Amino acid sequence: MTLLALDWILMLEKLILIAIIVFASLGIALYTTFSERKVAAVLQDRPGPNRAGPMGLLQPLADGLKLIMKEEIIPNSANKALFILGPAMAMTAALMTCAVIPWSSSVELFGRKIDLQIADINIGILYVFGVVSMGVYGIMIGGWASNNKFSLMAALRGASQAISYELAMGLSLIAVLMLSGSLSLKTIVDQQMAPGAWWNIVYQPLGFLLFFICAMAECNRTPFDLPEAENELNMGYHQEYSSMKLGFYLFAEYVNMIMSSAVMASLYFGGYDIPFLDESTLAPNMAAILGVLSLLTKIVMFLFLFMWIRWTIPRFRYDQLMNLGWKKLIPLALVNMLVTGAVILWQQG
Amino acid sequence: MQQQKVQQEYNYCKVIIQLNRWILYKFVFLLSALAIFSAIMVLVSKNPVHSVLWLIVVFFAISGHYILLNAQFLAIVNLIVYAGAIMVLFLFVIMLMNLNADAEPRKNWWMKLAGVVSGGCFLMVMVSLIRQATELSGKAALMKTGDIGLIKNLGKALFSDFVVPFEISSVLFLSAMVGAVVIGKKD
Repeated sequence: MTLLALDWILMLEKLILIAIIVFASLGIALYTTFSERKVAAVLQDRPGPNRAGPMGLLQPLADGLKLIMKEEIIPNSANKALFILGPAMAMTAALMTCAVIPWSSSVELFGRKIDLQIADINIGILYVFGVVSMGVYGIMIGGWASNNKFSLMAALRGASQAISYELAMGLSLIAVLMLSGSLSLKTIVDQQMAPGAWWNIVYQPLGFLLFFICAMAECNRTPFDLPEAENELNMGYHQEYSSMKLGFYLFAEYVNMIMSSAVMASLYFGGYDIPFLDESTLAPNMAAILGVLSLLTKIVMFLFLFMWIRWTIPRFRYDQLMNLGWKKLIPLALVNMLVTGAVILWQQG
Repeated sequence: MQQQKVQQEYNYCKVIIQLNRWILYKFVFLLSALAIFSAIMVLVSKNPVHSVLWLIVVFFAISGHYILLNAQFLAIVNLIVYAGAIMVLFLFVIMLMNLNADAEPRKNWWMKLAGVVSGGCFLMVMVSLIRQATELSGKAALMKTGDIGLIKNLGKALFSDFVVPFEISSVLFLSAMVGAVVIGKKD
């Protein structure tokens, strides 16, 4: 006899999965900040952080402790409620994306088949877009509530940039959806995993390039980090923030990077697929664990690519950024979409 | 004995179904209350930025209704287009104009009165229209059933049964876009 006809064990299972994934993403984000500094150090030929712990491995913990211990300052002229809401929304939106990403195939534990995906909803990838468009509010509300003209300018820049690049991102995504015929990320990954199937990157090289550029712009990464251009806007939209509220903004950027890497890996690089290996020959649990490792490897590669680009390429000017988004990426994405559609139609005869 | 047990099971099931339905309906009321409360807050807030933020909450509540009606695609598109894009543009304008609570112009009392009267008339027309509509009379909302809101069925319906209105509305959008560009040109 089940109470309320809910599968309570399923609820428990999902709650544990959510806890694991959220804490794992936060942990990875913590060490992404560290590797960002290390990668920067390597590219600039200097040692980088190496004081806290062996090879500086405890540096992110020290940074986190410092941020938490600092005094919280809310400016007198700020709008208090919205000032607090800003970083909270940025962080929530960043973490919510992880709900639809298929982290691996299912494992069998205690006689139950557990899917390593929080929710396989039929609008999967659109959910990601919805959450990303909510993330803009974190920046806008925080920037406006600070009551500082630099923060406001940065917030407006950030929001207009996010809206402009969301269009090109959506258009390049449509080509992938035409190939897969489904919005569910799980289905898209399964199609790429099927024996004899290629990863979507083979069919959509241009689409992937556009998607990657747009993802970089959505995460406010250099060369698109206009919202926090420190030589023009002091520190950008988080100018007035201190302590862990600042930490949330900085952290949300890294969580966003991880999530967009995971989405790109799932859409174009086969998700948890291990190349040149038929997973069905392995034991299910083994395949699931190797799948997680495979996806994490792909995510780490994307993160390194993000960092490499950040420390290599200078920032765009604002008009260049808008020209690139509206006059180059969107027409290219439209052409890509039309060509994909035409080829699919031609193949169907 | 056996029959009694089956009867008992059946009763249990009935209770559970009723409980589920009860929770679902409570959820409808919760979402409706949230929508109406935030809609009132949109009007009452002195600060225009707060009004816009409350309007976003209204859109979330409406999307929740869509999900209860099993129309996930509509729900998420409502969020992406309205809450995600259009409201951001609203915020842009309000933030750039730097409207403050004290900068709000005071209206005359007879203007307010006229507003209340015309708004009340409009409400009455709407309510009587909905009450008299033959398609709606004696029908309850279909919860978690019906699948016209799912993307596959919606796409098929839009591109087969409703293709002419769909294309005409796209022409309307195009003309609106061209109009905006013409108005927005510098000279």
